[in-house]
Amino acid sequence: MGQHPRLRELKFTLHRIFRNPAAIIGFTLLFFFTAVAIFAPQIAPPKYAHNPYIMPHKGYSPTPKPPSKASIFGTTSGQYDIFYGAVWGTRTAFKIGLFVVGIATIVGIALGAISGYYGGIIDEILMRITDIIWAIPTVVLAMAIVVAFGRGLDKIMIALALIEWRWYVRVLRSEILTLRDQDFVHAARLMGVSDLKIILRHILPNAIYPVLILASMDMGSMVIIAAFMSFVGLGAPPGYADWGQMVALARNYIVGPPDYPFKFWYTIVVPGGCIVLFVLAWNLIGDALRDAFDPRLRRR
Amino acid sequence: MLAYIIRRFLLLIVVLFGVSVLLFGILMTFSPERRAATYVTSPQQAKDIPKIIRQFGLDDPFYAQYFRWIKEVAKGNMGWSLVSARPVSEAFWTYLPVTIEMNLFAAPIVIFFGIWLGTLAGINRDTWIDHSTRIMAIVGWSLPTFLFALVMLMVFYGYFNLFSPGILSDQLAMFIYDNPDRFHRYTKLYTVDGILNGRLDVTLDAMAHLVLPVMTYIIVVVALNMRVMRSGMIEELSKDYVITALAKGADKRTIHIKHARRNALLPVITVAGQMVAYSMEGSVAVEVVFNRQGIGWWLAESAIQLDMPVLMCICLFMGVVFVVTNLTLDILYAYIDPRIRLT
Repeated sequence: MGQHPRLRELKFTLHRIFRNPAAIIGFTLLFFFTAVAIFAPQIAPPKYAHNPYIMPHKGYSPTPKPPSKASIFGTTSGQYDIFYGAVWGTRTAFKIGLFVVGIATIVGIALGAISGYYGGIIDEILMRITDIIWAIPTVVLAMAIVVAFGRGLDKIMIALALIEWRWYVRVLRSEILTLRDQDFVHAARLMGVSDLKIILRHILPNAIYPVLILASMDMGSMVIIAAFMSFVGLGAPPGYADWGQMVALARNYIVGPPDYPFKFWYTIVVPGGCIVLFVLAWNLIGDALRDAFDPRLRRR
Repeated sequence: MLAYIIRRFLLLIVVLFGVSVLLFGILMTFSPERRAATYVTSPQQAKDIPKIIRQFGLDDPFYAQYFRWIKEVAKGNMGWSLVSARPVSEAFWTYLPVTIEMNLFAAPIVIFFGIWLGTLAGINRDTWIDHSTRIMAIVGWSLPTFLFALVMLMVFYGYFNLFSPGILSDQLAMFIYDNPDRFHRYTKLYTVDGILNGRLDVTLDAMAHLVLPVMTYIIVVVALNMRVMRSGMIEELSKDYVITALAKGADKRTIHIKHARRNALLPVITVAGQMVAYSMEGSVAVEVVFNRQGIGWWLAESAIQLDMPVLMCICLFMGVVFVVTNLTLDILYAYIDPRIRLT
């Protein structure tokens, strides 16, 4: 013993997380994707040094070519190298997830804390604004914003960040509402601790877990939505290493010639598999976090 | 109760007003020149742009333009759709039935399977049934709808040559188009109209086209419903009244089905609003991949062709649907569960 209680709690949580086989699969997948993203220049050396996200292509033939020595996963429509796209697409996926979830978390925590802790008229106004954005489904609103801002992956990321904070505000606010009137908060206030310090040191550490779970799940779902918007044609320009874009390139080849309907399987299985595994990793981690943090399941 | 409903109703109006301002704000990020360019069809007209801006007051202050717009919207005039080459409000009613038809088939199945599997998982907690539904849920969440739809097409249409994409096979669609007097579009839903016109082949064909979209949709959406039902079930089963019933010797089946499940259904109603949002999102991907000309397909098509009036119309429509559904659900919730006192 003798440890700081928060540290002890963290150790216990980590122990719980890593007892869960699903979490181990999730973290392994995440570790793999992280390694691929970091070592992308070594795994698939870029052909155009100034813009490594552009997939190299030999020729312009629309018919995909099967895996060969030159390109181990084959080439997709437009002769873009699938292996290269899958590797650099990992970086794109991380960029999308981290950017959107990062901004959404920061904005959500800030607004949620203010709204939940102070209540009153500020809370009312902030919550009504959240209600308004809440009323339109993510994909639909994101499409409208992307059309207004112009196409592109960066626009998709901005649009999603502008929408997604609404979840974090609501989740954090409802957490804080249950904590705000607890004795330890009143005690801190009586001792003259400033509001900012109460929020940062006493309330947020106790309210942050649902936000973490949400953020983990969101890393996956934001990548799905961005991939879908790329698939529709609102995302990156052709040839950009992005999984959604690669699925779009494969779209016309999902059905091969009558005698061999799965002829072009590699064009969809590789980028599609990347998306599914990437999202699965985050969902498994989020699910394990939920189990580990759930107070009803925690000490049994 | 009445006071609550009135208050919620007033809030609903505030939210809808906010939604309309938000959408109009998005539109107004276009410069007046760009908005005027919608009227320009040939390069020769380009010099008229300043005139158009003045004529339609495109550089008026925000509120003036907003009120001009909202007045037209209130009259049902949503503008002109480039994609459908028709007024938006007119085109809307041709696309809506397609989406409604799919949801009519999918929603009961989603609700049924969600409740059934969720109950099963909750009762048999920590057994293989629970674990497999959990894996199903996580995998279901991780599958992007559009990707799963493509794989379904690849396997069922490509390999087995069953269930082609689209709404109706070409021959029947042509027949209906050519003979409006012999095939009346009473409800605009092909499956229902087929029966009403005594043309079972149309109904069956439309249903065959619905199989893959509905299947895709269910597998992706059912997870949420199932998980909520499961945790509700677990929560109820740990309550005192269940133990009392067990002690009295009631058999397990009665306790599960008659006592616990009824109470566990309540939280499902609270997420039903979220399900509506998911289903609207899901229908975009499903309709795009299966080439069904519904609201979702129209939305994607308009986004590609920068057809702003359509986007605004659909956003507004979905906003109204979502807000009204949630209000209805909240009232329903209070009505079903007398423990909830609304203030």
